[in-house]
Amino acid sequence: MSEERRMSMILFSGDMDKAMAALVLATGAASMGYQVTVFCTFWGLNLIKKSEAMAHGGVLERMMGFMNKGGFEHMPLSRMNMLGVGPRLLKKMMRDKKVASLRDLLDTALELGVQFVACQMSMDVMGITREDLAVPCEVGGVASFLNEAGKSQINLFI
Amino acid sequence: MQADRSLDCRGMACPMPIVKLSKAIKEMSQGQILAVSADDPGFEADVRAWCETTGNQLKALESEGEIRTAYIAKS
Repeated sequence: MSEERRMSMILFSGDMDKAMAALVLATGAASMGYQVTVFCTFWGLNLIKKSEAMAHGGVLERMMGFMNKGGFEHMPLSRMNMLGVGPRLLKKMMRDKKVASLRDLLDTALELGVQFVACQMSMDVMGITREDLAVPCEVGGVASFLNEAGKSQINLFI
Repeated sequence: MQADRSLDCRGMACPMPIVKLSKAIKEMSQGQILAVSADDPGFEADVRAWCETTGNQLKALESEGEIRTAYIAKS
C-alpha cells in the first residue's frame, strides 16, 4: 500500500522560510510512506547548490552568480529579510524552540530517500553545472517532473 | 500500557517526532508496540494522522502535563 504513495513538489523559491516548509513537508511525507520528489528550479536550486559555487559562462551569468551566490546557508527570508539580519534572527529563534535547522532537515530528507531533481534549463540559464550541486540528485526537465507529478497523489509548488 | 520499545521525542518540534517514530517502527516487527513521548503541541494530531495514513494502530494516548505518550501497534 505505502509503496504506491507519491508526493512531488516544485521548489521554485530560494527563500529560506519557503525552503523550510518544503523540507518539513518532504521529510514528513517520506516518514508517512510517500516516495517524495523535489524538483528544484530557478532560485530553488540554491537549496541543493554548494555554498562556494560560482556561476560559469558569460558576463551576465557570472554577474547573476555573484549576486545569487551561496547555497541554503545564504538564503534570505521572503519577508523581513532586513539585509540578512532576518535569517540570523529566525535561525536563533528556531534553535531556541528546538526546531530542526535547514541543514538537519536536508540531511534527514536525503537519509529518508527523498529524491532531488535539478532543473536542467534553469541550471543552463543561470550558469550552474552538476559540479556546483551539493546534493546527490538527478538532472531533468519538465517531462521528468510531469511524469512524477502524474503518478503523485500530492503535488505542490513552493 | 506495556511497550516493546520506547522512544523519547521530548524537546523535538515538527516534523522530527514523526520522522523518528517512523524510523523506529520500521525496525520493529508486526504486532509490537512502540511508546512515543513528545511535548510538541502538534504531536497528538500528528500521531493520529500518521497512524491513519500508514495503517498502524494507535492503541492508546496518555497525557501527563505537556507530555503525550502514544502507544502504536505495528501492523
